[in-house]
Amino acid sequence: MIAIIDYKINNLDSVKNALDKLGIPAVVTSNKTEIQNATALILPGVGAAGEGMKNLKKNKLDRVIIEEVKKGKPILGICLGMQLLMEKSEEGNADCLGLIAGKVKKFNSGMKVPQIGWNEVKISNSKFSVFDEISDKSLFYFVHSYFCVPKDKELTVGITEYGSKYCSIFTKDNIVGVQFHPEKSGKVGFQVLKNFYKFYNNYAN
Amino acid sequence: MLTKRIIPCLDMTEGKVVKGIQFVNFRDAGDPVVLAKKYDEQGADELVFLDITASIENRNILLDVVNRTAKEVTIPFTVGGGIRTKKDMQQVLRAGADKVGVNTGAFKKPKLIIECAQTFGNQCVVLSLDAKLVGNKWNVIINGGKTDTGMSAIDWAKEAVRLGAGEILLTSIDTDGMKQGFNIDLTKSVSKAVNVPIIASGGAGKLKDFKDIFLKGKADAALAASVFHFGELTIQQVKEYLMVNNIPVRL
Repeated sequence: MIAIIDYKINNLDSVKNALDKLGIPAVVTSNKTEIQNATALILPGVGAAGEGMKNLKKNKLDRVIIEEVKKGKPILGICLGMQLLMEKSEEGNADCLGLIAGKVKKFNSGMKVPQIGWNEVKISNSKFSVFDEISDKSLFYFVHSYFCVPKDKELTVGITEYGSKYCSIFTKDNIVGVQFHPEKSGKVGFQVLKNFYKFYNNYAN
Repeated sequence: MLTKRIIPCLDMTEGKVVKGIQFVNFRDAGDPVVLAKKYDEQGADELVFLDITASIENRNILLDVVNRTAKEVTIPFTVGGGIRTKKDMQQVLRAGADKVGVNTGAFKKPKLIIECAQTFGNQCVVLSLDAKLVGNKWNVIINGGKTDTGMSAIDWAKEAVRLGAGEILLTSIDTDGMKQGFNIDLTKSVSKAVNVPIIASGGAGKLKDFKDIFLKGKADAALAASVFHFGELTIQQVKEYLMVNNIPVRL
């Protein structure tokens, strides 16, 4: 069972709807025990980093997530959820979960912000199982003004270009972050969710 | 490279899709959820639902459509019409919308944009701006095309972005439903004035209109209703045409 972490931000159900369609068992929850009992976590999210962290902290969900992930539970961070895995965000100068070293920066390349729409992901490490059956330069749906800059460049496995190149997928052991919305990216997005499901099943065994 | 978006628009009243000309003379165009699913399968990049009557009685019907659509489609969608409070916006988002369009409600109470952007993020707040040429300038028209505010559309676009709108759905009332092409001058002027993506709306009739609105009108996305609803063009056709013309699209 995947726990989709409910931290009172909008549109959590879109991830749930996508997993339902794929027949992947999941529950939307803010319950500590449910999160502890889950086999994997998804931290979804659209919205502001400061507000997101505030909501996580209010229910002490930040601690639970950190504990579970440090114990080795697989987690997929989506969009804001990916950014919250980092140490710090320029957005509202928010302290984030700190599971990945590095920070979150704002686009400042003279491009329109937010970036909204379908953009390419260039795969820089095709060995990574989240890319199974996904061709290089597939298009995914992005909506964001900020992007992750992991300190360790090796963690970046997917690169997208918007003004300049940035990390659109990172992975470190049991942690996966995607800047796009797999739940809103049609077939190819659903494939990413399926791959995450396989990834954590392999991880659990 | 970020691709240009093609967005079918579903104008709704009492749970049915309708389409008018210059905001009047509406024709029935079918069930919204069925259409939404069809457009998703045909390669639409996003969808927009506008509740054109937006009465309180209709609110539950709208939320039901949003809810059912969210379960069926695999692409993002925006919902607008009658959004006047943060709570209205929350309801629509909770029902499954990805973005919410604010129009008259935000014009009358600009603070709505700040409140919603702070809570839900700028990317959730789409300023739906209906403009009409009055004398020699484009004015903001509210109340579903009925009331001329006298305010310049460009000034309102700038102000709304400053307050936190993350995208602008710009409809030209003059070209809406006429199928004679988008309003290139209006779109270009607004696109240059603000630093958020612009969805151009009103006037799509033929393939070339789409090319022109991206190349000349500097739009980031193009929205159309009748040409898709009544089968005059397919999304695939539009995208293949744009691709041939070196405009990046998702095919």
